[in-house]
Amino acid sequence: MSLLRKHSVLPGFNLTMGFTLLYLSLIVLIPLSATFIKTTSLGWGGFWQVITTPRVLASYRLTFSAALLGAGINTVFGLLVAWVLVRYDFFGKKIIDAIVDLPFALPTAVAGISLATIYSPKGWIGQMFAPLGIKIAYTPLGVVVALTFIGLPFVVRTVQPVLEEFEVELEEAAASLGATRLQTFLKVIFPTVWPALLTGFALAFARAVGEYGSVIFIAGNIPMVSEITPLLIITKLEQYDYAGATALASSMLIVSFILLLAINVLQWWGQHRHSKR
Amino acid sequence: MSFAVAVPQSHPVHGNRLANREPLWVRWTLITLALLFLLGFLVMPLAVVFTQAFSKGLTVYTSAILESNALAAIRLTLLVAAISVPLNLVFGLCAAWSIAKFDFPGKSVLITLIDLPFSVSPVVAGLIYVLMFGLQGWFGGWLSEHDIKLIFAVPGIVMATIFVTFPFVARELIPLMQAQGTDEEEAAIVLGASGWQTFWRVTLPNIKWGLLYGVILSNARAMGEFGAVSVVSGHIRGLTNTMPLHVEILYNEYNSAAAFAVASLLALLALVTLALKSFLEWRLHASVSPQDDN
Amino acid sequence: MSIQIRNITKNFGNFSALKGVSFDIKPGELVALLGPSGCGKTTLLRIIAGLDSPDGGQILFHGEDATQRHVREREVGFVFQHYALFRHMTVFENIAFGLRVRPKATRPSNGAIKEKVTRLLKLVQLEWLADRYPPQLSGGQRQRIALARALAVEPKVLLLDEPFGALDAKVRKDLRRWLRNLHDELHVTSVFVTHDQEEALEVADRIVVMNQGQVEQIGAPDDVYEHPATPFVYQFLGDVNLFHGRVDEGWAKIGETDIRLPEIDHDQAERALFFVRPHEIEVSRNGNGASGIAAYVRDIRRYGAVVRLELERADGDGFVEAVLSRDEFKANTVSKGDEVVLQPKRIKVFPQSAGQEVMDYVI
Repeated sequence: MSLLRKHSVLPGFNLTMGFTLLYLSLIVLIPLSATFIKTTSLGWGGFWQVITTPRVLASYRLTFSAALLGAGINTVFGLLVAWVLVRYDFFGKKIIDAIVDLPFALPTAVAGISLATIYSPKGWIGQMFAPLGIKIAYTPLGVVVALTFIGLPFVVRTVQPVLEEFEVELEEAAASLGATRLQTFLKVIFPTVWPALLTGFALAFARAVGEYGSVIFIAGNIPMVSEITPLLIITKLEQYDYAGATALASSMLIVSFILLLAINVLQWWGQHRHSKR
Repeated sequence: MSFAVAVPQSHPVHGNRLANREPLWVRWTLITLALLFLLGFLVMPLAVVFTQAFSKGLTVYTSAILESNALAAIRLTLLVAAISVPLNLVFGLCAAWSIAKFDFPGKSVLITLIDLPFSVSPVVAGLIYVLMFGLQGWFGGWLSEHDIKLIFAVPGIVMATIFVTFPFVARELIPLMQAQGTDEEEAAIVLGASGWQTFWRVTLPNIKWGLLYGVILSNARAMGEFGAVSVVSGHIRGLTNTMPLHVEILYNEYNSAAAFAVASLLALLALVTLALKSFLEWRLHASVSPQDDN
Repeated sequence: MSIQIRNITKNFGNFSALKGVSFDIKPGELVALLGPSGCGKTTLLRIIAGLDSPDGGQILFHGEDATQRHVREREVGFVFQHYALFRHMTVFENIAFGLRVRPKATRPSNGAIKEKVTRLLKLVQLEWLADRYPPQLSGGQRQRIALARALAVEPKVLLLDEPFGALDAKVRKDLRRWLRNLHDELHVTSVFVTHDQEEALEVADRIVVMNQGQVEQIGAPDDVYEHPATPFVYQFLGDVNLFHGRVDEGWAKIGETDIRLPEIDHDQAERALFFVRPHEIEVSRNGNGASGIAAYVRDIRRYGAVVRLELERADGDGFVEAVLSRDEFKANTVSKGDEVVLQPKRIKVFPQSAGQEVMDYVI
């Protein structure tokens, strides 16, 4: 490695790089590859069989659709919250700004039990929907609520800096050319913001797909109806079905890697578009 | 000949400029919608923790926290954080030093790999250690022959926690140290400082706020982790239960007041984390743009 | 279209940016707002555009009160200092923007838009850039595209904020001349803000010199340069030497020196400021019997066609700069350390009691 790097007068490259690679391999790379190697012992047919049973397929459907919905809600409201925080002044704005990060800081188990309490038929919000015949907690809707909660900061925090750095002169230019506020937003502001919005959406989605702690308390966990894939992994593990759990884990890892790649591409594109063409 | 006059910032930077102002009703509708959304998804979940915790009175609250299994869970949680956070801190410093201060091929791949644990489901994060060190795992046979128990024991919990908090310090420091460049370190070396002296006297003072920021976030996640720890813990009361796992057990036993009492401690931790985070963001902002303009 | 500016005031917190500014702009005129940074010129321009609202006073367009009119309805074209081009749109779409956002009833057809944008691109001589994006253009090109974009909506008034401020010296000179020619072609009422006196003198029909939120002088470039109304204008337009002294019945007293100014017939002696341009000072060796301000030569520097002398007054009352042509210098060589006599060829006198009253005196 030291042969490849450019000359530098600063010391410590070999030591720090060596430790970095060792630690990374021990903690992350070797255990992760162990999972894939273990999966190969199932064979392709066995693997396919495990990940396509009706119960597993139902859990995929729920996990992905709820994650998609949660990320979608966060995209709309995240943009709204970011806009309000950047553009308007109101009482308590600083506190609101700080509290947006709550889902990063609040342990997921705590979030899970409090969301379940609020959105249950007798809870603060659940009781408003109960008379309409809408049950939120212990249904797939509850899963969406939990996944919206844990993904909330991602969109706000990716869009906020873009809005902050947005040159107000561009809006003034649009206004002086006769554009209405709505036209200015749609034609000038939104095109600048949307790569960040998409990145925030992808981050929220990626986080939601793997989420476990906040969901299981509010989901009800009924097989085929409100059972998410991570829970199914744990169920298999508790039944000592290590092969099945591993196969499911591998399928989720593949999805995570694809999402990670997509996010990296999105961020790269967000920074580099229009700079050269 | 100079007629420069000191002028205060003559135009507000955002929002309030005449041409860019939305009608009042639009502004208030948007603010109200945003606040309602945050009320339902952030403020209420936080508030309900405390109202539920004290719903059966103060004595129930204190006895739930002072009960021996709860105290054991608190001790274990602190122990796990005390091991995993420093380890990740050392790793973060090494990774940031080698990545930010040197040029080498494959740098962006390495950064992506360091970020990897963030995109892995916590359940999978726990599972991979079961597959390595569990009874059926790669080293399971050897470990049980030598009567070493890693899974369903404290070492497993520590490993899973290290995995999920792995990137925090590194990903905070890498961009910060990249932005600060190598000029100051090179100046120190030229002036005759050793590598350690350069690190302690030049680099560390420059990155201390960013470092603290990463540690705070890392600590919050370490103490609050549920999914990964749940897989490797074995849920043995008084022995391998962390606070979040204890909350789960109490809640599933319909002992809601006690569950929320323990949860309220974790919620307090979250609030302290947020407050420190806001403070550090303010300090960080100052340390990145120090002597730019007047 | 004519613009009347009536007693405009504007405060930012405790800082008063404009303290009652009034003047008129005639239809088709090209006016420069000239002043140091912080003098309020940009604020005034933004108020004319409707981008800021004044705290007091009125803006009249063509005799009608436009103070409350939204920028959208003012029909002004505004060219921002840093261009404010939309970076996600091509050059073509940038210019077409103002046409595309019109309500359906008045929006031109796609064909008409294309034709107009092409015409404007030709006008700014950048047809070949239509499909590029703003980050791919040079500063001068961006400036011209910003101008074309502002012109596309056929504004009644064109407002430019430091139009050449962000460009390097050479491009700046070319663009200046180009803007002047363009204005002669289009004759749209135009106002531009600048802190560069040379720019204002070269481009504008009339110059409004501003300082600390007030108008110091309004006039044609020659007028303002030749007959500055206030000490500020005198110092702001070009280099100048300042002397403190007194006027007394036809004499100027500067330090120990008396200079005859026969046309000044003040009844009483009083304090005054005297301004002399460096190229309007005669430097002669001591001993030819001439009376003047005694000084020592401290430094001699040759710049192109001129020679610049730095002189220290013999009475220790500061330094004086003189500029001679090379021929003048050859005819009357001095060297470092020589004692010389300075004779102003032309003095501007600002007696202190006279307020703004100024006397221009040629000896």
